[in-house]
Amino acid sequence: MGKGVARSTAEPMGYSRWLLRAHSLLVFVFFYAPIVVLVVYSFNKSAVVGKWTGFSLSWYGDFLANDNIQRSIWISVKVCVASTVISVVLGTLAALSIERFRWWGQKAFDAVLYLPIIIPDVTMAVMMLVFFGETAELFNVIPGVDLTDGLEKLVLSHVAFNISFVSVVVRARLAGLDASMEEAAADLYASRWQVFRRVTLPQIMPGVLGGALLAVTLSLDDVVVSSFVSGVGATPVSVYVFGMLRKGVSPLINAVSVVILVASMALVVASLVLERATSSQKGK
Amino acid sequence: MRALVACVKICYEGTTRGNHHTMDEATIAVELQGVTKRFGDVVAVDNIDLTITDGEFFSLLGPSGCGKTTTLRMIAGLELPTRGSLSIHGEEMGLRPPNRRPVNTVFQSYALFPHMNVRANIGFGLEMRKVVRDERSDLIDWAIDLVEMGGMGHRKPGQLSGGQQQRVALARALVNRPEVLLLDEPLGALDLKLRQQMQIELKNLQREVGITFVYVTHDQEEAVTMSDRIGVMHEGRLLQIDTPEAIYERPTTRFVADFIGRTNFLEATVASGDEIVLANGDRLRVSTGHADGTTIAVTVRPERLTVHNRDHAPDGRHRLDGIVDSVVYLGNAVIYSVSIDWMHLEVRCPASLAGERRGPGDEVTVSFDAGHTSVVVG
Repeated sequence: MGKGVARSTAEPMGYSRWLLRAHSLLVFVFFYAPIVVLVVYSFNKSAVVGKWTGFSLSWYGDFLANDNIQRSIWISVKVCVASTVISVVLGTLAALSIERFRWWGQKAFDAVLYLPIIIPDVTMAVMMLVFFGETAELFNVIPGVDLTDGLEKLVLSHVAFNISFVSVVVRARLAGLDASMEEAAADLYASRWQVFRRVTLPQIMPGVLGGALLAVTLSLDDVVVSSFVSGVGATPVSVYVFGMLRKGVSPLINAVSVVILVASMALVVASLVLERATSSQKGK
Repeated sequence: MRALVACVKICYEGTTRGNHHTMDEATIAVELQGVTKRFGDVVAVDNIDLTITDGEFFSLLGPSGCGKTTTLRMIAGLELPTRGSLSIHGEEMGLRPPNRRPVNTVFQSYALFPHMNVRANIGFGLEMRKVVRDERSDLIDWAIDLVEMGGMGHRKPGQLSGGQQQRVALARALVNRPEVLLLDEPLGALDLKLRQQMQIELKNLQREVGITFVYVTHDQEEAVTMSDRIGVMHEGRLLQIDTPEAIYERPTTRFVADFIGRTNFLEATVASGDEIVLANGDRLRVSTGHADGTTIAVTVRPERLTVHNRDHAPDGRHRLDGIVDSVVYLGNAVIYSVSIDWMHLEVRCPASLAGERRGPGDEVTVSFDAGHTSVVVG
C-alpha cells in the first residue's frame, strides 16, 4: 500500500562503482577541505596564513580582547533577528496576497517583488544608499526612529531583500496547498483568521521556517549592501571582517570564522533538539 | 449498520426535526431564483430557478463544465451569485460567508486537514462553534461509528485509504448536523465496487437521517440510483428537473434524452396539435404542445423497440421497415442496428425475449408504441 516512488535498488557494477565513490569523495573534499584548513590554521602560532609553526590559542585571545569585533557580531545578530522577523511576516503576507487573492495591480506587484533576487547586490546597495540619503530626514521625524545611527538602516535594507526570498519560498509551499482545504475550514464555521491560523499556517509552516532560515543566512552573509548603508557606529561582522582583509590576511579572521561556525552549528543542533522534544510531546 | 442508523435517527430527531421553522419554510430547504454566475465573460450558471424540498435527495447532473459544481458552491457560499436570490430554509443568504451558513460540504478531493488526526478533523466544525469538550467528544464518537471508522480516530488522513478518507469527510460534515448537506462528486475518486457500495450506504443514511442532500455528479447511473429528483444541467442551464423515472422516460430536450442512457431520435415536424410527420412521411399521433410546423424529434429508447419478421408486426404499434445492419450479443440482451431508409435504429431485445436470432441483411419490421415516445426539441 506504500505510496512511495519505486526506486532502483541495484548497485552500480564494475568500475562505475569506483567512479561513483571517487566522485562523492571529491565532492566532500571540495565542500569541507576549506573549512578544515580554516579551523586548523586558527590554532596556528604563526602570523602568516599557510605556514604551520605550532599550536596556539593566541588568536582566540586576540578575538576576546578585541571589543570592535565583538560589538560587530552583536550588531549582526541584532540586525539578523530583527530583519528576519519583519521579512518573514511581510514576505508571508505578500505570498498569501498573490496566491490567494485577486486585486488590481497584482501582476505588477508580483514582478516587482522578485526584483531584489535578480538585480546585482551593488545596484541594490546604491539604491538603498541613495534612498536613505534622500529620505533619512523624513524617517527621523517619526518618534523613536533614528536613521543616522545605522542600525535601523541595516535592518530596513536587509528586510528589503529578504522579503523577496521569503515570499518565493512560502509561495512555492502555498501553490502546492489544496485551496479546497481552506474552503472546507470556512465551510466548517471557521472565520478567515481561524482558517489561516488553524489550517493555512500549519500547512505552510515548513515554507515559513525555510524562508526564515534563508533570511538569517542572507542577513549574516551580506557584505555589499551592508557596507554601503552601515554607519560609523553600526558595522556588522561581515563588513568588519572584509575591512580587516585590507590590512592583510590575519589568522584572527580564522578564529572569528570558527567562533561563528561553532555558534551557528550550536544553533542548528539546538533547534533540532527542540523540534524533537516538541514533536515527541505532541505524540503523546 | 441498522442499529447505528436507528441511533442516528434519534439523534437527528432531537435537533434537525424539531427546528423552529414554520411549516411553510420547513418544506423548502433550498431555493434559487434567477441565479446567474459569471466568471469574466464566461456564464457558468445561467439564470436558474430551483426549489429543493426538505429531506430530499436531490442530484445536479451534467457533463463537466455544465455549472453544477458552481451551483453547489453558491449554495455553500464559496461563490457568490452575480445575480439572483438564494435562500436556505426561507432565509435569504445574500453575501453571507460560508462559515455562517447552515450547510456543510463534502468536497470532491475530501479536503481533509493532513496535519490533524481523524478525530480532530471530524471535531473541527464543533470546535469552531465552541461546542464544549465532552459533548464534542461524544459527537465525534457518534460520527466515527456512523461511518464505521472505529479504532481509526488517531490516524492521520495520509494513513487512510481513499474510501476511508471519504468516510471521514462525510463524518466531518454530518457531525455538525447541517440543515442541508452538499456533496460534490464525493464518490468520484473511488473504484467501481466501493462506489456502488457507498451509493447504497449514502442513500440509506440520507433516508434515515432525513436531512436534505444536494448531490453533484456527472455519472447518470449514480444520479438515477440515488436521487429522489434530478436536475439535469447543460451549459449553465437547468434543462429538466424531474424524478429519475421521468427524466429517463419523458425527457423534454434532446440533450437530456441523449445524456441519460441510450436512445434513438426520429426527426419530425408538427403537423397539427396532436399529429406529427416523421422524415419518411409517416404520421404519428403524439401530442406535442408545439406550434404546427415546428421541427422536433421523437425519442424512443432501444428497449422500447421490437424487431419482427417483415410484415408480422402487431397492429396498434407504429411500424418501420428496415434491414438488420449488425448484431451484438451482450449475454443478457441482443443489440440490433437496423437500417431504415433514412436512418439507423438501435434496438435492444432482452435475451429472454429475443426469440429467433436475426443476422445482418435480414429484412425486418421495427415497431414501437407511440405512448413510449417522447417529443424533444433542440
